[in-house]
Amino acid sequence: MEQELTKKTNILEGSSPVSLDQLPQQDYNILNLGPTHPATHGIFQNVLKMDGEKIIDAEPTIGYIHRAFEKIAENRPFYQVTTLTDRLNYCSSPINNMGWHMTVEKLLGVKTTKKVDYMRVIIMELARISDHLICNSVLGVDTGALTGFTYVFQLREKIYDIYEEVCGARLTTNIGRIGGMERDFTPKFWQKLKEFLDEFPKIFNEFDSLLTRNRIFFDRTKNVGGISAERALNYGFTGPNLRATGVDYDVRAMNPYSSYQDFEFEVPVGETGDCYDRFLVRNEEIRQSIKIIEQAMKNMPEGRHFVDVPEFYLPPKQDVYTKMEALIWHFKIVMGEVDVPVGEVYHSVEGGNGELGYYLVSDGGRQAYRLHFRRPCFIFYQAYPELIKGSMLSDAILTMSSLNVIAGELDA
Amino acid sequence: MSNVKLVDTPNGHAGEGYFATSLDKVIGLARANSIWPLPFATSCCGIEFMATMASNYDLGRFGAERLSFSPRQADLLMVMGTIAKKMGPIVRQVYLQMAEPRWVIAVGACASSGGIFDTYSVLQGIDKVVPVDVYVPGCPPRPEQIIDGILKIQELVKNEPLRRRNSEEYKELMASYGIM
Amino acid sequence: MQNITNTLEINHSYILERIRERIGINLLEFDHPYDILTITINKECIIDLLLFLRDDEILKFDFLTDICGIHYPNNKHREIGVIYHLHSLINNIRLRIKTFASSEDPTFLTASLIYASANWMERETYDFYGAIFQGHKDLRRILNMDEMNYFPMRKEYPLQDGTRTDKEDKYFGR
Repeated sequence: MEQELTKKTNILEGSSPVSLDQLPQQDYNILNLGPTHPATHGIFQNVLKMDGEKIIDAEPTIGYIHRAFEKIAENRPFYQVTTLTDRLNYCSSPINNMGWHMTVEKLLGVKTTKKVDYMRVIIMELARISDHLICNSVLGVDTGALTGFTYVFQLREKIYDIYEEVCGARLTTNIGRIGGMERDFTPKFWQKLKEFLDEFPKIFNEFDSLLTRNRIFFDRTKNVGGISAERALNYGFTGPNLRATGVDYDVRAMNPYSSYQDFEFEVPVGETGDCYDRFLVRNEEIRQSIKIIEQAMKNMPEGRHFVDVPEFYLPPKQDVYTKMEALIWHFKIVMGEVDVPVGEVYHSVEGGNGELGYYLVSDGGRQAYRLHFRRPCFIFYQAYPELIKGSMLSDAILTMSSLNVIAGELDA
Repeated sequence: MSNVKLVDTPNGHAGEGYFATSLDKVIGLARANSIWPLPFATSCCGIEFMATMASNYDLGRFGAERLSFSPRQADLLMVMGTIAKKMGPIVRQVYLQMAEPRWVIAVGACASSGGIFDTYSVLQGIDKVVPVDVYVPGCPPRPEQIIDGILKIQELVKNEPLRRRNSEEYKELMASYGIM
Repeated sequence: MQNITNTLEINHSYILERIRERIGINLLEFDHPYDILTITINKECIIDLLLFLRDDEILKFDFLTDICGIHYPNNKHREIGVIYHLHSLINNIRLRIKTFASSEDPTFLTASLIYASANWMERETYDFYGAIFQGHKDLRRILNMDEMNYFPMRKEYPLQDGTRTDKEDKYFGR
């Protein structure tokens, strides 16, 4: 009996995958968590094998909002794919939009100007801030601290206001165009951005001081849902979740796109890869993003907000009404009658959750022959059973929200 | 104190020390201003719903402060986001678990009609599986629109006759969804 | 990562040469569209190649970025393809590997024993294209419903399934 018990505890504490055959099956309960469980923020189903309050094994089921993005992308002209990318990781849609634009530009061989790049950087970093804010504040909610969430949503509303100034939408932005931005930033935009940057430190520091050194929060998140760097790489982790384990892989630094090489920023890393480290890494990334935005504001070059890609960049409306050529291009773009070069291109950007890759195969037609999204959530979520094995049920909830799994990105 | 707003008094007879009106109206008034919504958030619209609940828009102002995460105690099912065919039966099951009287609001284009996702895997509107009272358009709708949808639901709740749920018409509607 | 400097310059021709030299795999095709070296190999060789690339002390392609499927209905006997993207984080170089099989017998070898991340990527490829990964422990549908009886991303299947009712012609002026 005693032997049995030690064997059992050994299994529970070991990091190796648990073999269920060694234990009598009737000891376990099966608990179905989700897909509509309120604590999971999205539709994730996990069938948990429980020993009392401890999780022995988990079987995730996904696909509850599978929307067939990749199939739709094969049936739409390129500029209509932007609206699909919005809905991948809807917490940071501008990054997805611009990642797609850059992919097409790479295929067409278009080189964007510094002005376009810097404008994009500002929007993308704002998106990163809003993504990390929502993740960290919801992590607070899951530990029982709703206050931080209400603070942070003020900031998010400010970011939404800025988006609205640029593109008119709040969440699914469809921001920018292939070849640049739709219009130049208005004075009102700069004013709003300045206001945001002025107010940001105060609200964010309050949020930070509410949680970071909070004993309850610390105890709930430290050593919960940790993973080693080696396992994380094996599981294909990228983004903040990988950096929390101590690997400094950031696409922005490693394969700079959109002139990220011009900016000074640090890539924060954690040590243990647990929930607390993920929280800290995200918080620090928010600060670094602010730094990048400030640099981009300071060094914003003069020039046009788009480059010459008549096949994809809609001509100005007044030209469409007065000039024959502009009218023809407008018609061709809107009807999707533009041919593209044959080729295959992989482009990746640092999305909110990691390396967001676009693998585009073009056969020269008007639509993509194949478009595959490398969705970071989909890839790292498969480590979830391993992360929560041996932990308590309430820790599993925290682990999920600190991973920041977004259902739209997970299920495509 | 000055900010406290009272609901309008329903039509009735008032006199010294008494006020008489029909029970319908009193119950409708009480129900409409204390709706317990069940957020069934699946995707993008769910994030806008979070914004609706958060500090700037504050849905709590309309008596819907208390989210009921258990369908058993909820009055209003708010379906927000794409419902895939895999998810359809679950929406229906949640609806069946709710007690009468129950209302349903479809927030966003996907929940209302499938939206831009006219694909093999997406349910083309939740009204294929459950009856819907209010549709909120938008992809995603702004928080103001979501609040407007809630206000529309409040109108419905306020003016619903007490016997509606026993009527033949209602039973027919339920039967058309296979709900007995 | 970037500051780890290599005295040896690792370029595409070096990678090709090293693969040929060390394991003698028959490279059917190679190309470098948009700066990513792309090689096509026989599907039987994929495990050997992945293992070699991961363990090689110079190349160190130790990060599996992605696996996805593709369907070319007009390529006889090579209809279903599986495409691997590898990334050498040390050298910061990417590599794309393609393998093909016929649609009658779309069997491939699983990479899930080498990379844990390949598990769901292969399930997704199976779900979309019907590519069967031999040796995969749990090859089931992942995104679509279990009852689905076709592989929706193959080119012959349509996007819509005709259940939409609000797309009436009168709304579109037809």
